[in-house]
Amino acid sequence: MTGRIAITGARVICPASGHDGVATILIDGRTVAGIGQSEAPSDATVIDARGLVVAPGLIDAGVFKADTAAANAGGITRMVLMPDQSPPLDEPALVAYAQGSGKPDVWVHPLAAATRGLKGEELAEIGLAKAAGAVGVATGRKAIADARVMHRLLAYARAFGLTVVTHAEEAALTAGAVATTGEYATRLGLAAAPAFAEALAIIRDCRLAEATGAALHIRQVTTAEGLAAVRAARARGVDVTAGITPAHLMLNDMAVAGFRSFARLSPPLRDERDRLAAIEGVRDGTITILSSGHDPLSQEDKRQPFADARAGMAGAETLLALGLGLVRDGVVSLPGLVAMLSTNPARRFGLVAGTLQLGAPADLVVFDPDAPWRIDGHRFHGAGNTPFDGLPTAGRVRLTIKGGDIVWEDQVWRA
Amino acid sequence: MSRPPSHPAQRSALPSGVHPFPHDHLLGIAQLKPWEIAFLLDEAEQWVEMNRAGAAKHDGRLAGLTQINAFFENSTRTLLSFEIAGKRLGADVVNLGVSGSSVKKGETLLDTALTLNAMHPDMIVIRHASSGAVQLISEKVGCPVLNAGDGRHEHPTQALLDALTIRRRKGRIAGLRVAICGDILHSRVARSNFQLLASLGAEVRAVAPPTLLPEGLDGYAVTSFTDMDAGLAGADVVMMLRLQTERMEGAYVPSPREYFRFYGLTEARLAKAAPDVLVMHPGPMNRGVEIDGAIADDIARSAVTEQVEMGVAVRMACLDVLTRRRRGVEGWA
Repeated sequence: MTGRIAITGARVICPASGHDGVATILIDGRTVAGIGQSEAPSDATVIDARGLVVAPGLIDAGVFKADTAAANAGGITRMVLMPDQSPPLDEPALVAYAQGSGKPDVWVHPLAAATRGLKGEELAEIGLAKAAGAVGVATGRKAIADARVMHRLLAYARAFGLTVVTHAEEAALTAGAVATTGEYATRLGLAAAPAFAEALAIIRDCRLAEATGAALHIRQVTTAEGLAAVRAARARGVDVTAGITPAHLMLNDMAVAGFRSFARLSPPLRDERDRLAAIEGVRDGTITILSSGHDPLSQEDKRQPFADARAGMAGAETLLALGLGLVRDGVVSLPGLVAMLSTNPARRFGLVAGTLQLGAPADLVVFDPDAPWRIDGHRFHGAGNTPFDGLPTAGRVRLTIKGGDIVWEDQVWRA
Repeated sequence: MSRPPSHPAQRSALPSGVHPFPHDHLLGIAQLKPWEIAFLLDEAEQWVEMNRAGAAKHDGRLAGLTQINAFFENSTRTLLSFEIAGKRLGADVVNLGVSGSSVKKGETLLDTALTLNAMHPDMIVIRHASSGAVQLISEKVGCPVLNAGDGRHEHPTQALLDALTIRRRKGRIAGLRVAICGDILHSRVARSNFQLLASLGAEVRAVAPPTLLPEGLDGYAVTSFTDMDAGLAGADVVMMLRLQTERMEGAYVPSPREYFRFYGLTEARLAKAAPDVLVMHPGPMNRGVEIDGAIADDIARSAVTEQVEMGVAVRMACLDVLTRRRRGVEGWA
């Protein structure tokens, strides 16, 4: 239904322009036609959104499946897709195909595989991948073990202006590990790797990014030491950014007790000290991107003994609500959270999005920041492998608009 | 061959008002209160006596009940021990080994569990190579599940039989100094024993090369030693663990001979322990790698064969106690 839509009475937040206040936002066709106090035009469909918040559609930076239904229910209009597909996105044609895989509900921005088959050995055709639509390159679920390959990758990617997304776990030290070294891993008898395996990887990759001038995004930084390494690199002028998912901000390694395979994540959950350090990393701006790490997995993948279960969580539908927990706890402001969920990832990956300025694509989320609900994996659109199952939370998406089309609307709202 | 002295069995006191064993399954020592552990040991005493009584070693209390021993990982002695324990109590015992399992054909563990459950067993004994696998199965079946070893996690009946052996030889567990030596990192026996022995008041020590010592042992109230002589000083009990040969070829320790030189149990090293030290090993032993053969064979000090004997008795007690509810035993229904 393209046409003119006026959303009235809501608090409109646009971190890109600094707008934060009650206003009417007008959508004309596929773009934003203005934000202001004027009356809605008579031919526009008016949506009364008093008490709600309007923000740029969320950009989920680093998902493993272009899961459109779950994304729209979570207010997500763009997904930056990891190359860990089947087959891996190491061919320009595969990148081009992946780019169209979310149509018509979600814009999908693929990250090309950094190496052939994501094996960490030979560079993939990342220049051609960029021409086919890749917005960056990624090492995949694992780090590139070989420093020489990583060095060449960063040097090469820089020439194409592509951000390199990496997984920060030193490969040899974490091989076979399913938990972080500590009392819980020992009690449960789980193969574990020390938390400092993350800092080792970050220190190496930041130094290589410094040497090559490349743009580096570490998708998940989850330890105090890893965050310190990012701060130190940034102080030296390295172009490095850090992301995280809600899991490492809200859960520690105790969540693994009872062998809960839904809490089997990569990197594994950390101890309480590291969890608190990650929250500080959000507060002080070291971590600038919050993503879901959305990785829907089947019962066959997850209902296994802990070490045999696949790592990963379904997170698209809970990303906003869990993020709003950070606002309620005073860690970030609401505009700050919106930036972490849209404006910052848009900037990092060069997307013309994450803004509500005049002429921007009409990608919007309308949400009630206070509406309470209980997370229930059985009610997800797709797989329900969430470590937050049963958790009471607050913050409901009421409306998701992508390119001027309403792609999702909460059934209870306006009923 | 004269049997070493053993202390008469005495009933342990239960705190008033508590059920002696309120659990549906035996998944690990972690779930057990000290008096529940003592209760199982007390219950095992009668079976020690019966097993020694001569030709008629039979009690029919589990008659008509079906016991499945599902062993997804190879085992000889634990499987045999559980099978004999079930048969001595009159149960119909069926063994499912790795080679006969459809797990190899790609069936998921939970499907296997549901298949077993559909045959209406009254108890399932499980061994599996993954930590937590036994608990996962226990959540899906309608009968008591006994953990016969899951990954590196727990091996509760081994810890119980070790405790019974110690209690009968030493008359107590509280206050004893117990040194557990060897591959602690990969050992479910060590994890179960740490918890059981500390729970009953022993002073527990872990002795291993640093590469085979996991972190976080202070959480168990266990003191770690990388110097075996220091770790054995004054020990009342020395419990040796088996070192897998594949872990000796450079991955965790440089070689078997270097390991034996620094962590093998020799006469000279054992002299650091208490004069009446008791030597234990869960088996199977690598003679000349972790333990000197002569020590293992010295019946005055070594309890290795007695451990095997106590194993049957402890498993009989566990099978009996866990099936009391479904058998409608008075006070348990």
